[in-house]
Amino acid sequence: MKTVFTRTPTLKDCPTHYCPGCGHGIAHRLIAETIDELDIRGRTIGIAPVGCAVLAYDYLDVDMIEVAHGRAPAVATGMKRTNPDRIIFSYQGDGDLASIGAAEILHAAHRGEQITVIFINNAVYGMTGGQMAPTTMLEQVTATTPDGRTAANHGYPLQVSELLAMLPGTIYVERCALSSVAQVRKTKKAIRHAFELQLNGAAGLALVEVLSPCPTYWRMSPAKAMEWIDSHMTKVFPLGRLKG
Amino acid sequence: MRHVSDRILMCGNEALAEAAIMAGCDAYFGYPITPQNEISAYMSRRMPDEGRVFVQSESELAAINMVFGASATGKRSMTSSSSPGISLMQEGMSYLAGAELPAVVVNVMRGGPGLGNIAPSQADYFQATRGGGHGDYRTIVLGPASVQELVDCMPLAFDLADEYRMPVMVLADGILGQMMEPIVLEQKPRRKLPAKDWALTGADRRKQNIVRSLWLGEGVLEELNNKLHDRYEQIEKNEVLCEQYEVEDAEIVVIAYGIVARIVSSAVDRARQEGIKAGWIRPITLWPFPTEQISRAANELRVFFVVEMSSGQMVDDVRLAVAGKAPVLFHGRPGGGIPTVDEILDKIKQLTLRPKSRV
Repeated sequence: MKTVFTRTPTLKDCPTHYCPGCGHGIAHRLIAETIDELDIRGRTIGIAPVGCAVLAYDYLDVDMIEVAHGRAPAVATGMKRTNPDRIIFSYQGDGDLASIGAAEILHAAHRGEQITVIFINNAVYGMTGGQMAPTTMLEQVTATTPDGRTAANHGYPLQVSELLAMLPGTIYVERCALSSVAQVRKTKKAIRHAFELQLNGAAGLALVEVLSPCPTYWRMSPAKAMEWIDSHMTKVFPLGRLKG
Repeated sequence: MRHVSDRILMCGNEALAEAAIMAGCDAYFGYPITPQNEISAYMSRRMPDEGRVFVQSESELAAINMVFGASATGKRSMTSSSSPGISLMQEGMSYLAGAELPAVVVNVMRGGPGLGNIAPSQADYFQATRGGGHGDYRTIVLGPASVQELVDCMPLAFDLADEYRMPVMVLADGILGQMMEPIVLEQKPRRKLPAKDWALTGADRRKQNIVRSLWLGEGVLEELNNKLHDRYEQIEKNEVLCEQYEVEDAEIVVIAYGIVARIVSSAVDRARQEGIKAGWIRPITLWPFPTEQISRAANELRVFFVVEMSSGQMVDDVRLAVAGKAPVLFHGRPGGGIPTVDEILDKIKQLTLRPKSRV
């Protein structure tokens, strides 16, 4: 018998704490595969956010730091500026990056920091119990929008990638999804590209936004959550390369 | 013997910046705020000259987190700010303490609360010496009293930070930052420091390193807190710095730190000239506080008189040290007020005439 598919070494051999149907496990794997394929484990430093992925270092077998909520791009700046030959990536959720850390990502992008940002957008605060995020969809029911998000009360879902793509400091911005095997493969390509740009010393920040399912706080089955990404999220957050 | 030519005239802010560079500071991150802007202006020129890192951050929050990142990779890094900006950095200070990362933070204090003013002040003593951010931690705090001492504090601050893996604050004020004094800049030998085997450098043929401050397992955080507490006890035992002057026969001991100690020293000299048995104690480390030195002085019957540019903060630590053995009186000038020699001398006279009455 021939083995055609194995665990990639940088993804630790352990169960995760994520809920059934969560997208973080897939996204972690794609990052781990990329690090192994590019053979950069020995020079990579990862940044875990505050949120469900705070324990990402339990799964990704690279040097990692856990930082204050939203501050990953500032921490990445400190790391990359003092260690230009290291590969620095941050892994951030939508509350972390688009809400409390909006200033930090905007200015890291604005300065053109040579870092890679993996931005997981699941339209909700997962870790704290499913509250509204800046990326929550209109009419979406969350712990803090019991009657659904309304533009009048809560504003519109924030399209961070479009915003960041406008800045001269970003070299690459792409939005992907984990909603099907085909989309996962596209996401993998985008993540790999975002790492390669940094590896090649490209001048600017590379960001991959990943639409990711949160069945627990969307109150759906895992299968339904995947469908919801395609049927609802991609209408507000269209997939594709925004820049680079 | 030292030649006149060894001395140069520099303002405190620029002098401390140069001293940091000499102490091997790899990276400086900062956001503009008065009265410490000369530091970042100086660093923006000198750090690139030295092939090191200077970044003007978008906020103090970002600055302290850039320090967090650089420090986690094992680099010596620092930031500086003034009171309102230091408040914003408290989140990062707490994370530095929790993640056991070294860092040097300079606070050139100004008046508060709120936006306050840009006059010199010592109003951040509580914030500096009590930790400042959330959680159970301490920060080493150095309180220099001259531009030369500010210069000498910088290599010490970096060494202490590296040795104990924690943030160290240099607590100056608007006068020290702005004032020009002749100084001597010289390379100090480093302490024998532990290897930074915890640093994030990429897991090249070794196990992964993790820098974190989240410990969810039952009892795990308590263990960390206890470990930090033990370290703090070691620091209290080994790192106290303070200066004393004519305390032995003094019936009044004036206690002040930073620039106020300079004014106090003149007032005490004048008091001695007038036949009053006065002396002073000047804490140089504000945490760890010279509790023992003050407690020892309180074994003799004498009056303790604390002078601060605040409405009374360090005086609490003096009271704790004196522990009711002697009267502790206070004179403060908050909100940018600066006590004069005459003002302090008058109080000394009043207190030595009627030690326990009024001040």
